[in-house]
Amino acid sequence: MADAAIAGVPASRPRLDSFWVVPPLLILAALFFYPLSLIVREALGGNEAFTLSHFSEVLSSRRFLDGLYNTIIIATCATAGCIVLGFVLSLVIAFVPFRGAKSVARLIDTFIALPTFLVTLAFTFIYGSAGLLNVSLIRLFGFDLPPVDFLYSQWGVILAETTVYTPFVMRPLLATFSQIDQAQIEVASSLGAKPLRIIRQIILPAALPALVAGGSLCLLLTVNEFGIVLFIGAKDVITLPMLIYSKAIQEFDYTTACVIAVVNVALSLSLYTLYRLIIAHFGGNRAGVV
Amino acid sequence: MLVWSKSGRVLTWLLAIPLFVIIYGLPIGVIALASVSGQWNDVLPSHFTLEHYADAFRAASFDSLKASLVTGVLASAAALVSGTWAALALRRIQPVPKRILDLCFFIPSAVPSVSIGLSLLVAFSQPPVLLNGTRLIVMIAHFVLISAFTYGNVAAGLARIPSDCEQVAESLGARPFYRLRRVTLPLLLPYLIAAFSLSFALSMGELGATVMIYPPGWMTLPVSIFALSDRGAIFDAATLTMILGMATMLVLIGLSRISSKATVR
Repeated sequence: MADAAIAGVPASRPRLDSFWVVPPLLILAALFFYPLSLIVREALGGNEAFTLSHFSEVLSSRRFLDGLYNTIIIATCATAGCIVLGFVLSLVIAFVPFRGAKSVARLIDTFIALPTFLVTLAFTFIYGSAGLLNVSLIRLFGFDLPPVDFLYSQWGVILAETTVYTPFVMRPLLATFSQIDQAQIEVASSLGAKPLRIIRQIILPAALPALVAGGSLCLLLTVNEFGIVLFIGAKDVITLPMLIYSKAIQEFDYTTACVIAVVNVALSLSLYTLYRLIIAHFGGNRAGVV
Repeated sequence: MLVWSKSGRVLTWLLAIPLFVIIYGLPIGVIALASVSGQWNDVLPSHFTLEHYADAFRAASFDSLKASLVTGVLASAAALVSGTWAALALRRIQPVPKRILDLCFFIPSAVPSVSIGLSLLVAFSQPPVLLNGTRLIVMIAHFVLISAFTYGNVAAGLARIPSDCEQVAESLGARPFYRLRRVTLPLLLPYLIAAFSLSFALSMGELGATVMIYPPGWMTLPVSIFALSDRGAIFDAATLTMILGMATMLVLIGLSRISSKATVR
């Protein structure tokens, strides 16, 4: 439609018209591409001669490798969690709706607008060593030590990220589910198909584009997540963004921070490319991505 | 309806509803409860107080709220202007360069916020432009981080508004600027408001880039919340989080009211 509108515009001034894009592009170049190019330059030796020595030094360091490993493990687990949880919750909201299911869906959707560290802070009150769960368990069973102790480990981060990013899977899923013909499910079940079989043979194939698109978005967001990791603040859960922060702000080691930032940016840009390719492959509408 | 038997449905609900409550209801519930608790050593708080809220509207915390609101509004407004401008300009461009430019405007959303903070810190701590330690650099960071979302929302809206209204206006001899002001922008208004809401919410909750570059005296709410929770003042942190959430929600609800009015008209 947009292309048709372009064709309708008189062809006499196309060259002049395209200059309108220059001002926002210049702003973007000055505030985004120029700073980004400087961290690449800094990582490659800065004002001195071009060198790859910073890269080889950082990339072989224990802390970087641990950080990369943690980032990948946490992002993969959290994304898997988001896909499973998002699929189950959307399934219930769309196909076994209860009274108030719509408002629940809306409540979950508002989580997209809330800061990610809210959940982490809440987890301190719920699962922390003096939190709701531990105190209740101690009262009930008389433990000496807090029995639930996972929050300040990577499991705490994974659980928090799963909670925060599940809405990003549910949004496209619910959009897709609303397009599935209910009659198809009713026919299938009147022919004797069990719910699990209907899910496997009708719902899952239809939901696949949304699941893949939502999942890859989650992967991108969890790789870049910072607030949750910072708030959990566990010593042995250091991800790449956290490492950049501690190198630059706590140790004033900008060169190392820049090297890690280059790796982190490259990682997330490749994930972003994957995401765009997936959306292009499935088509934006079918994936339910807005 | 996927599950036909009454018992099956009830069983599904018995499993699912607690899941919803534990995962999404409980976190908001405990933050709200903690924000009014005086002391919380037992299963439930022993007494309630509004003291944390009173503190939040004093001195340092209130300055953060102000810093967050000002940054959010200014950065979102700038992103809205630049995003709308870019989306409108891109309509006039040939398909192939258009796709490349479109990607350029989207890329900031794919770059981790901490890296954006670091890149601004590195770029603007050296000549020719020195901005390190100013409030402007915080706004620039927020602008860069939200610009892609604003652009995306406006571009999506632009693809959905009917093109015939503009063509009619043009065929009746409306000048381009008049057409933009009287036809395109009013049609686009709901999308502009949605774009502004989203970027405002994102800016209010932004932590990664801000924590890298904030100058003394311009701590945004998320940074203050982190400082409080790091110090162990988790009740005050919870209170500020509630205020942050409520301020965001109020603005979002207000804007969506305006937006639905605009659509009806």
